[in-house]
Amino acid sequence: MFRLCIALTLGIAAIQCVAADRVDFNRQVRPILSENCFQCHGPDPGQRKADLRLDIPNPWDRNAMVERIFSQDSESVMPPPHANKKISDTQRDVLKQWVEQGAEYETHWAFAPIARPAVPCDSELHSEHRVLVNNPIDAFVAAKLRSHEWTPAPPAAKISWIRRVTLDLIGLPPTPQEVQAFQDDQSEFSYESVVDRLLGSPHYGERMAVDWLDAARYADTNGYQVDRNRELWPWRDWVIRAFNSNMPFDQFTIEQLAGDLLPNATLEQKIATGFHRNHMLNEEGGIIDAEFLAEYTADRVETTAAVWMGQTFNCTRCHDHKYDPFTQRDFYAMKAFFHNVPERGVGIYANPVRRNAPPFVQLAAPEIQSKIQGLQEKLGLTIGQLDAFSKSMDADLAKWLQDVPTKLPPWQAVGQSLEIKPSQEKTQKAGATLQLPAGVVAALKLEVAPVLENASFRWNEISVTQGDKTLKVVEGVDRGSLAPNEVIKVVDANRKTNIDISVKKGSSIHAIVAFEQPLQLSDPTEIAIELGIESLDHEVTWRFATLEGPAEFLVSTQTANLASKPANERTANEQLQLQKAFLSHRAQYRELAASIESLKKAIQSAEDEIPTTLVMSEMETRKTFVLLRGAYDRPGEEVFAATPAVLPPLGDGLPRNRLGLASWLVDPAHPLTARVTVNRFWQQVFGTGLVRTSEDFGAQGELPSHPELLDFLANMFRESQWDVKRLMRMMVTSSTYRQHSQASHSWRELDGENRLLARGPRQRLMAEFIRDHALAVSGLLSTDIGGPSVRPYHPTGLYEQVTAGTGYNVYEPGTGKDLYRRSIYTYWKRSVPHPAMLAFDAPFREFCSMRRTQSNTPLQALNLMNDPTYVEAARGVGERMLREGGDSPESRIRYGFLLILSRYPTDRELQILSSTYRRALSDFDNDRTAATVLLSVGSSKLDPALDPIELAALTTIATTLLNLDEAISK
Amino acid sequence: MTTNRVLNIDQLRNCLTGIRPSRRQFLGSVALASLMNPELHGKALVQPTPKAKRVIWLTQAGAPSQLELFDYKPGLEEQFDKDLPDSVRGEQRLTGMTSGQKRFPVAPSAIKFQQHGQSGMWLSELLPYTAKFADDICLIKTLHTEAINHDPAMTLLQTGHQFGGRPAFGAWVSYGLGSENTDLPAFVAMISRPSGPTNAQPLHERMWGSGFLPSKFQGVRFSSGKDPVLYLSNPPGITESRRRAMLDDVANLNAIAYSELHDPEIQARIDQYEMAYRMQSAVPELADLSNESSYVFENYGPESKKPGTYAANCILARRLAERGVRFIQLYHRGWDQHNDLPKGIRSQCYDTDQPTAALLFDLKQRGMLDDTLVIWGGEFGRTVYSQGVLTRDNYGRDHHPRCYSVWMAGAGVRGGFVYGETDDFSYNIVRDAVHIHDLNATALHLLGIDHTRLTYRFQGRDYRLTDVHGNVVKELLNA
Repeated sequence: MFRLCIALTLGIAAIQCVAADRVDFNRQVRPILSENCFQCHGPDPGQRKADLRLDIPNPWDRNAMVERIFSQDSESVMPPPHANKKISDTQRDVLKQWVEQGAEYETHWAFAPIARPAVPCDSELHSEHRVLVNNPIDAFVAAKLRSHEWTPAPPAAKISWIRRVTLDLIGLPPTPQEVQAFQDDQSEFSYESVVDRLLGSPHYGERMAVDWLDAARYADTNGYQVDRNRELWPWRDWVIRAFNSNMPFDQFTIEQLAGDLLPNATLEQKIATGFHRNHMLNEEGGIIDAEFLAEYTADRVETTAAVWMGQTFNCTRCHDHKYDPFTQRDFYAMKAFFHNVPERGVGIYANPVRRNAPPFVQLAAPEIQSKIQGLQEKLGLTIGQLDAFSKSMDADLAKWLQDVPTKLPPWQAVGQSLEIKPSQEKTQKAGATLQLPAGVVAALKLEVAPVLENASFRWNEISVTQGDKTLKVVEGVDRGSLAPNEVIKVVDANRKTNIDISVKKGSSIHAIVAFEQPLQLSDPTEIAIELGIESLDHEVTWRFATLEGPAEFLVSTQTANLASKPANERTANEQLQLQKAFLSHRAQYRELAASIESLKKAIQSAEDEIPTTLVMSEMETRKTFVLLRGAYDRPGEEVFAATPAVLPPLGDGLPRNRLGLASWLVDPAHPLTARVTVNRFWQQVFGTGLVRTSEDFGAQGELPSHPELLDFLANMFRESQWDVKRLMRMMVTSSTYRQHSQASHSWRELDGENRLLARGPRQRLMAEFIRDHALAVSGLLSTDIGGPSVRPYHPTGLYEQVTAGTGYNVYEPGTGKDLYRRSIYTYWKRSVPHPAMLAFDAPFREFCSMRRTQSNTPLQALNLMNDPTYVEAARGVGERMLREGGDSPESRIRYGFLLILSRYPTDRELQILSSTYRRALSDFDNDRTAATVLLSVGSSKLDPALDPIELAALTTIATTLLNLDEAISK
Repeated sequence: MTTNRVLNIDQLRNCLTGIRPSRRQFLGSVALASLMNPELHGKALVQPTPKAKRVIWLTQAGAPSQLELFDYKPGLEEQFDKDLPDSVRGEQRLTGMTSGQKRFPVAPSAIKFQQHGQSGMWLSELLPYTAKFADDICLIKTLHTEAINHDPAMTLLQTGHQFGGRPAFGAWVSYGLGSENTDLPAFVAMISRPSGPTNAQPLHERMWGSGFLPSKFQGVRFSSGKDPVLYLSNPPGITESRRRAMLDDVANLNAIAYSELHDPEIQARIDQYEMAYRMQSAVPELADLSNESSYVFENYGPESKKPGTYAANCILARRLAERGVRFIQLYHRGWDQHNDLPKGIRSQCYDTDQPTAALLFDLKQRGMLDDTLVIWGGEFGRTVYSQGVLTRDNYGRDHHPRCYSVWMAGAGVRGGFVYGETDDFSYNIVRDAVHIHDLNATALHLLGIDHTRLTYRFQGRDYRLTDVHGNVVKELLNA
């Protein structure tokens, strides 16, 4: 009997829908053709069979088509059995009916101009539907429901609604005070005022940015194998600010795609262009530049097409699209817009400034800038002093130049030779005593030669002492056989730097070390010298010599040779070199030069303090070619920047660059941008877009469930100057949104995804908001907005297993409030994104992603139960229950329940939790250590005033609540 | 309850012409107990009794040299330090690491080869243990790829595409065949680092990721240490009984919500918490090797008692296989010998040869090699010419995509068989090329899956592991 009733009701509904007078091409025919026929009879000429094309109206044989799809003969039936396509009897009938009616085509719905549908009139609705209508959204939804003879769900309780809307608009739960205030507010506009408060919250921008970051493939590392850091968080901050200030979406588009090309572009507008520098960068040794440059530009084309136009351009990279009217040429013409960035394909950049790959800009940092300016002034002054001093020495220089070639003081051998033999120990030290004559001693020469056989060893140290005093030596210049930049490794008092020496029989090697302060000896004096060497293989002899007399004649062979050169044959550079060699012996010069060096270093390190961010910029046009089969090394014909032919043309007044492209995308005549964008915001609020395939508005994408509503919203969005907050407000103040999310089993089965919108939205929270929610209710959340990414708790050992590279293979968690920032600020390493993010379906952020899947896995349960984040958050909630929840266990449990689920428990729920509490209390009382260690999890301080047993029991309650499906759902 | 009228599902769909039912709707309505992916059952499975029930993929990350291990080229001795003829090198693009090299001097293998088994298969002296299984191994000498750098090549090997975003092989299998064990994930990945001081290339979580497939199909990484699976252990102070009590409360409270909202996601969450709880005991039990007999450790070699080594992971692989885990993927890093190759490869073989053979032995002894497909290989091969300085006993080799060697064993694979032939320089394929797509198609075939039918609709297109390529190489299979 029951079945019969249903069948009867539905018979009517079905007739209304299917047996309409005319077959609707876009809704009924194109999906069948696209799914079953276009692959061989569609837009791609490369795949086309029998020269037959079914995607456009041309004179093909209508009757033959019908015959072949109904054919019983496996040789002639279409689609052929090997194609793995299944066409149902109903679908065959639809095609037949369509042919009988003249086989008329319509433009694919998404390419047709956006209509201005009239809002269904109230009087058309039954009274039961009319209650629902709060704004035009409801009118469209009600009309659709009515056509299916469905009724909407009753409104959700106020407390359910405020939790839903708060999580949707700011990604955080409402506070108990906000819940209470809303319940108490009986005014006509109580709902609207909550929405306005939330739209004005600085956390609104953080919530809205998360989906945009997925679309823009934002991450903190370059991706691919090496996956080192980059700096692009200022762009993320820009996005948050743009949403918060309700920047119109057309401006939002133009600034991100082409802010740098706007007249007198501001720093902010340049920062916005980081959108298209979010793609990955390959730094792997050995990659080919052109190959990856092609990758980056293709990524920009595909991302732009997906985000603004809902089109799958990745297909057209290698061939014409198989389903949609886009050609391979369209792809490369789009690429030409993005091809003129002064960038490289290989991501190893010599520029050390904060490791960013050019082009990038520095942020405004007035304090640092003024510090730099001060340093620069000082630098200028010091350079002036140095120049003046140099000039004053010109006469001395001239004399020195004459003397240098001839007046080289001789090396005087001193002391005994020192023999060193290989030892059992790897490292050995050997010393000698040298008797120095009276007078000025500037340097020592150390010469080493093998005794019998070629010898090799590692020399890591030298120390020179006079009695107890250490005489500091520095690398000396001379015609020494070891270059100064080698000698520096033994005089630097660092054993880890060393020189590998191998010396052949019959030859020798020597090194010069100079005294930092030349020794002024009134009497002959004894000094001791000690050498540290490793891994000596055969015996060697060391001999020593000193250089007496003024150190200024201690110059390199090269300098001596230069000095011998006639003055008029020296280049300016050589002259400078000589001057420097001469002046370096003057203390005043050395001091000035040293302070110039340190000023330069100070300026550089101040520069390094200024955050940078990747941006787009435009250089002269690079040639762009169609790449055959998408291969970077197989260029075909040359193409120029252009938009796809099937869409309205790029206006004559628009430049053929990114700015023109961006303006074209937000032109009121563009059929896609407004539809795709409102659909994405709809998806954000209702869980599923009006077009479920929010990334694909093409023939293979799904049709809108409410086409008129989609067009109404798109049109309103366009005409409201792309006002995002207005759109969000309209959605969340609708009665459609306000419905209860309850549904019967059978109703669920019929419309599991709630496509007809006969109930309120209910989804699991996104990964970011699950953690933010827990931090917020525990009181641990840091509400700071913006800034560089931070590193919260993370399983130890994970980076070590997967990654490589010094500085990149260890995860160092942050401290203090860095552990409690909102998840949008969590450091995002592409090769190893935070495991809790991945567990809850966040993408890798390697490519544009416009829709996250929602899975339900045991790893999620393990994360929520055992991640210190949630253990600590549960303790935080426990503390709040004790402090703020009144004096009785029941009132405390009720308060914790309210904090986490934004409602009070039912009697049954309270009963379960109360008995748990009593059990836990006695359990922990018998095992006080367990309570102590449980409460020690996390780095936040434990309030010593609280009773650990009570707190542990309440922490147990909080853990239970935080693990409920309801806690992580909205 | 509200007064929604009830529609028949097909009629509703008719009304919403063009709105396709979601996958979730399909999957959500079937009992969780059904372990085979119901939508694919009967569609993609072409064999009712597949040869392979599970796969153990021994991934050698960094690219082992075929010239020192499998592709015996005695003729190269005479070519020592002679330039690789241009005619051989052809137009092969070079990596940035050797494209600046002035010469491409041929480096003969410093490692000796011997014949093994009844088939007389030539194998390297560095593989004495694996060589004992020569008659079980099907050696493919002509695998080839397009990628010449690690990340794209490893991604291609794992997902059938050079760039990220697609599901790993294991994720496809998990999606297609589901799990045989309700306490463990269907796809498990384990990583080991080399014991020697060699260049261990980084990996990427996406290599065992689920790409566009729902994340429940992603590989779960097992590691050594306190938590073999991330977040597995209870926090301090929470005993097993406290956890059980908390889970009972969670289940009861979730059940109340379910009875009111009827959202199947709530029921699924209750089930997932139960599975998490079962994993909390199943995984430590699995990872606990203390009950393995001492001869097992002897067989797997000296490293097998150190947690996290390749040898220890091989024992775990066998234990996972015993417990019905569908796809077990090991990664051993450190095969990237651009220099000091003879020394580096010795050390890598020390790490891997004995444990690999012990795994084959164990599977065979337990009768499991008959339905377990074992694959051993890396992401590409190495060049015949030396990178850097060449002497008789020391040299390096750069990346080489045109031919390299992998082997398969077990489940329906033709043992003691060598497939494919390379030229005298192991540079080009002379006969019987096998692309990675062909290898994947063949492996899926052994699992009973037609690789052209295991598809998933994403962005309007039906994707598959083998993209639009791949042929089952029948010659590799037992008749």
